[in-house]
This record gives sequence, C-alpha cells and structure tokens, in this order.
Amino acid sequence: MIAGGMKRAFPILSILTALLLAYAFYEALWVAPMERTMGDVQRIFYYHVPSAWTAFLLFSVNLVASVIYLVRRSAKADAVALVSAEVGVVFCTIVLVTGPIWARPVWGIWWTWDLRLTLTLVLWLIYVSYLVLRRFSDSSQTPKLAAVLAIFGALDVPLVYFSIWFFRTQHPQPVIGGGGSIDPRMLHVLLINWLAFSCFAFLVCWARYRLEWMQREVDEMESVESLQGATR
Amino acid sequence: MSSLRSITLATLAKDIRLEWRSRDAINSMLFFSLLVVVIFSFSFDPNAEESREIAGGLIWVAFLFAAVVALNQTWARELRNQVLDAFRVSPAPANALFVAKALGNFVLVSLLEAVMAPLFMIFYNLRALGPAWQLIPVALLGTWALVVNGTFFAAMSLRTRSREIMLPLLLFPISIPAVQSMVEATRIILAGDGSARFWIVLLLTYDVVFTTACLALFETILQAE
Repeated sequence: MIAGGMKRAFPILSILTALLLAYAFYEALWVAPMERTMGDVQRIFYYHVPSAWTAFLLFSVNLVASVIYLVRRSAKADAVALVSAEVGVVFCTIVLVTGPIWARPVWGIWWTWDLRLTLTLVLWLIYVSYLVLRRFSDSSQTPKLAAVLAIFGALDVPLVYFSIWFFRTQHPQPVIGGGGSIDPRMLHVLLINWLAFSCFAFLVCWARYRLEWMQREVDEMESVESLQGATR
Repeated sequence: MSSLRSITLATLAKDIRLEWRSRDAINSMLFFSLLVVVIFSFSFDPNAEESREIAGGLIWVAFLFAAVVALNQTWARELRNQVLDAFRVSPAPANALFVAKALGNFVLVSLLEAVMAPLFMIFYNLRALGPAWQLIPVALLGTWALVVNGTFFAAMSLRTRSREIMLPLLLFPISIPAVQSMVEATRIILAGDGSARFWIVLLLTYDVVFTTACLALFETILQAE
C-alpha cells in the first residue's frame, strides 16, 4: 500500500521538481543581477554552489546511513548509503567541472591547490574509491566493508582539512579572499537554485533507491530459485 | 590481556620467521624501491639544491609504492591453508591478529627504509640542513600511518575481486593527509626552512585516529565472509 502511494507521489514530485528547476534556471539567467566585474560568467555560481551543498549533504547522509548500517545491520540503510554516495559523486563531479570553467576567465587559471578545491577533490577521490569497492566486492559482505570505508573516509576529512589549511597559509595562492558580501537578490536566486537542486537530487536518489531495491529482490529470488533447483 | 599479548607475539614471531626464511616480501620491496629511486633520478636531474626540495616527495612515494608490495602479501599467506578461517572460529581476539600483522609490516617497511634512506642520501647528494634527528620520528610515525591503514585495507580487499589492485585504490585516497605530512616534514627538515612540528603533530593525530578506528572495526572486517 505504501509502495502504491509512493508510486503516485513520484510523478507529482517529478513535475514539481521540473517546474522548480525551470523557475530556478530562469531566475539564475535572467532575474539575478549581473555581477559587476565578472559579468555573465558569474552565473555559473548558481549551479556550482548548490551542487556543492547538495554533494556535501549527500555525503553526510552516506555517513549517517553507514553508521546506522553498522549498528543495526539494516539493508535499507545500506541501500541509502549506496544511493547517496552515487548521486553525491555525480554532484561533486559537477562541482569539479563547473569550478574550472568559472575559474579560467576569472582567475586566469583552471585549477589551483586552494583549500576548498583540494578538499572537494580529495572528498571526490574518497567516494570514488568507495564506489569502486562496492563494485569490485561481490560477496554478501559488501555493505559491511563499504560502511567501514565510509567511516574511514569521514575520519580523514578533518585531517585533510588541517593539512591543506596549514599548507596554504605557508604558500599563499593567487585566489580571491573568502570574505565579501553578496547581493540579497543573488542570495535569493542561489537559495532557489539550491532548493531545486536538492529536490532533483532527492528525486534521483529515490528513483535509484527503488531500482536498487528491486535489483536486490530479483537477486534474492534468483538465488532462492537456483537453490530450489539444486535440491530438486 | 595477557592472552592478547601472547597471541600477538606468537603471530608476529611466526610471520617474521616465515619472512626470514623466504625473504620474499623484503627482497621484492628492496629491489622495487631501488628501481623507483633509479628511475626517479633519470626523470629529475638531481643536483643538491633542487633535490633537497623534491627528495621528501620522491623518498616517500617510493616507500609508499614499495609498502603496497608487502601489504598485499600480508593476508595472502593466511588464505592458502584456511588459516584465516581457523582464526575466525578460534576464541583468540581479532585485534591480536591485526596488531601482529600491522607490527610485522611495520618491521618490514622500517627495515626497507633503513636500507634505502642512506642510498637515497648518496644518489641525491642529500645533507639535512635542519635537525636531522627529527627525521626519525617522522619516519616512524609515517611508516605506522601507512602500515596500519594498509594492513586494514588489505584485509578488506581480501573479499574483493582483483584484490591486488584494490589495496592502493582504497589506501591512497585515505592516506593523502599522512603522505602530505611526511613529505612536508621531510622537506622542511632537509631544506632547514622552519619547524616541522605542525606536520609531526598532524602525523601523530592521524596515527592515533586511524589506529583507534582500525582496532574498533577490525573484528567486523575479519568476520565478514
């Protein structure tokens, strides 16, 4: 019954998300004021920052789900962990691609080993290795191994942060400062975009979760059938 | 507690005796890192001033790659005759096995470093301008940082396909802050510019954090089958 309700909610949420994304797109490209020094290039900011926030949110979800899995051994938590890592890596990739596109005309360089850039890259690497582990491990113990790796990754993040932070204070880079204020209209557009991206991420996660769940049910049925065939 | 120690020591002694008789891991590691040193010295023209800046990176990258060779063999031996299964059903604490394996790898990699570091010094005309004794805590902490996670991830990759390639894929991303600390500390000491204290403290933190995590989670990994 719940599954039936979900089936109805899914298209409704899809339509709402599509509308929200369209509205956010309009806001970002036409309504938001032009940035004085950077010009139109700055508008990539409305895609870059929301993607980053969404990616970090999804990685946090992954950590929480992994811990829940290790404590309770619930298969649902494991599926959530897998899905959030996958979608998180996609959004993190968007961040890493849109960043250089913006940086090239503004900073004059594609990439710099700045704190935030490096941290995002390392996070991306950690989660890619997480997905590689899940792909390469085919025993029924994959969830356990993956959950442990997720915890190791989370422990690593503050250490990476401090190492780069100290490294950077020693070697100043040609990077704009972190401070500065933002036009309230820009902030408004940014938040709308973030909302749209979060809805979109949630939608993709949901679809992927259902897919994963069905896949597992199919696998289970197949193994049961092959067992029955063997005993017959 | 005493059983933990005696089991750890027994496993460690067994591993070291096996390694001493075959010398498989140490020989392949030594030759491998020698090759890395020689190839590096062809790729970068080592003169004294520049090499001081880059030697920290070269030396640790060589040790990191060589350590993977040893780490990959850590558990392979135990799989062959179902020793790991036997261990799993025995009442011995899982952490005893882990500590023994990690210490065994630590001894191996330290031995490698003791042999290779002088060679590095000769090939690259190195002389520490900073306090050279600080290289010892950096080496000890750095080696432990690689080995503790390496032993753990090697146990994890036992359950995967193509496990030889899996270990570096898991180990390297997590090791980034440790490698950066070792490299920076070594560079600072060799070039004598400033204090390496921050990096040594960071390495120590890394070691404490991940040793705790490994000990807390190893049982889960060992029982995963």
